Amino acid sequence: MRLLVAVKRVLDHNVMPRVKADGTGVDLANVKMSINPFDEIAVEAAVRLKEKGLAAEIVVVSIGEAKNQDVLRSALAMGADRAILIEAAAPVEPLAVAKLLAGVAKEEAPDLILLGKQSIDGDNCQTGQMLAALLGWGQGTFASGIEVTGDGIEVRREIDGGIETVRLKMPAIVTTDLRLNQPRHVSLPNIMKAKSKPLLVKTPQEYGVDVAPRLQTLEVREPPSRKAGLKVATVDELVAQLKLLGVVA
Amino acid sequence: MKALVWIEHDGQTVVDVALSAVTAAAKLGEVVALVAGQGVQEAAGAAAKISGLSKVLVADGAAYAHALPENVAPLVAGLMAGYDAFILPATTTGKNIAPRVAALLDVMQISDVLSIEGADTFTRPIYAGNAIATVRSRDAKKVLTVRGTAFEKADRTGGTALIEAISGPGEVGLSSFVGAEVAKSERPDLTSAKVIVSGGRALGSAEQFEGLLGPLADKLGAAIGASRAAVDAGYAPNDCQVGQTGKIVAPEIYVAIGISGAIQHLAGMKDSKTIIAINKDADAPIFQVSDIGLVADLFEAVPVLASKL
Repeated sequence: MRLLVAVKRVLDHNVMPRVKADGTGVDLANVKMSINPFDEIAVEAAVRLKEKGLAAEIVVVSIGEAKNQDVLRSALAMGADRAILIEAAAPVEPLAVAKLLAGVAKEEAPDLILLGKQSIDGDNCQTGQMLAALLGWGQGTFASGIEVTGDGIEVRREIDGGIETVRLKMPAIVTTDLRLNQPRHVSLPNIMKAKSKPLLVKTPQEYGVDVAPRLQTLEVREPPSRKAGLKVATVDELVAQLKLLGVVA
Repeated sequence: MKALVWIEHDGQTVVDVALSAVTAAAKLGEVVALVAGQGVQEAAGAAAKISGLSKVLVADGAAYAHALPENVAPLVAGLMAGYDAFILPATTTGKNIAPRVAALLDVMQISDVLSIEGADTFTRPIYAGNAIATVRSRDAKKVLTVRGTAFEKADRTGGTALIEAISGPGEVGLSSFVGAEVAKSERPDLTSAKVIVSGGRALGSAEQFEGLLGPLADKLGAAIGASRAAVDAGYAPNDCQVGQTGKIVAPEIYVAIGISGAIQHLAGMKDSKTIIAINKDADAPIFQVSDIGLVADLFEAVPVLASKL
């Protein structure tokens, strides 16, 4: 089985996003950037499939500026075999990302494509599903468990009401949720080894994909803030306040 | 404009969040509802009574039984020639289907819409709700998922929409439903509850989580929620998770117990009307958003609170 994993470079999840004063977006200058946490889980899932002997090769793809090589090297250090960077200057929307990934999939012919269920910057939660539509493949979104069975795959999905299991024909798309696995810490020797793994740089034009945005961002602002209320020291005071607010009779 | 709205249902009744999606769709123009599933006559009948719908389309068949996106998306894409917009609630079902439809239509979807500012202009949260973006769509057709808590619920009664049976491509053979483990609870549903009692990792174990929060929740007629940390630790099932990657809730009263208030948790509950926090740590970030904060050991305070209500 051949695996393709898509990873995005995003504002590190420990950094508090700051909205730019001019309202054009979130300030990404001089802040720590990292691999999108959900995508890291997708890489880990792929590496575990390979370690079980179920996958022969893992190709990892990222779309964005030249600095995205960081996140590709992280994925290679975790155990991916080779990387493709599709270089694009401006942020690329999920629909165009899905088209580019479909182009890569046609070249690489993977049996399974793994992606994070959403990126923690745009919070769109679209790319995997769009890619599945463009390729005409089945999709197992929000995966908390995956099991390869014969010519298919069973995906346990985290849904609003609990857990659902679906069976997909291969090739298929899986988008990964938080509880699928705990990504490994990479060791220094693996980081060194990753530096010599192949990394191919391509352009959107090579895939014939127009990456011009369909959505125009008119403004980005901070959400309305809540004011801290009062603090009380005893349960009796709390109950009194709840009565005052009419929360309890 | 003519909008098609996806009606989320359980076979018999229409779920609350579908009513919010109807309200959002009505801001764009005429609203036609789509009820898909197997044996959904009852749900279709319930949908026809929702105020503000001009028609209810019903796709009834085994292929649509579990809302598998592989089968549903071609059905919807086939209908969209007659519509300008497709609206779904931002539930796990809506999020699973909407992008598949959008890609088939070559449309860039707008996710988790908070407000509709005009026919092509919408606001939506980014960075876990730490920023709100106003976006304008250049696509001829719109595909939107809308946040249920951001729109009023349409009236369940008063409508007299005609029901029209439709058929689609049916089973495309890419996927099949194996099974579901659906949490059964006597308590209200988390996303529509008026009161939520939510617990964090400080509860210490699954037994203490239920043992301490259960009696309080029952006194308040509340649903039980949990922080991601509590779910990861196995104290509560995944469908209880409130936060950026869990459920987004906005009840009248949200009681956060032993929850420090990580960014990603606040993203899921900060639109609650009244927030009450109980935490031992006076500097916990949860107190920056709470209306009433009790600085106390939850193991002592919660049983006393439950007994005094």
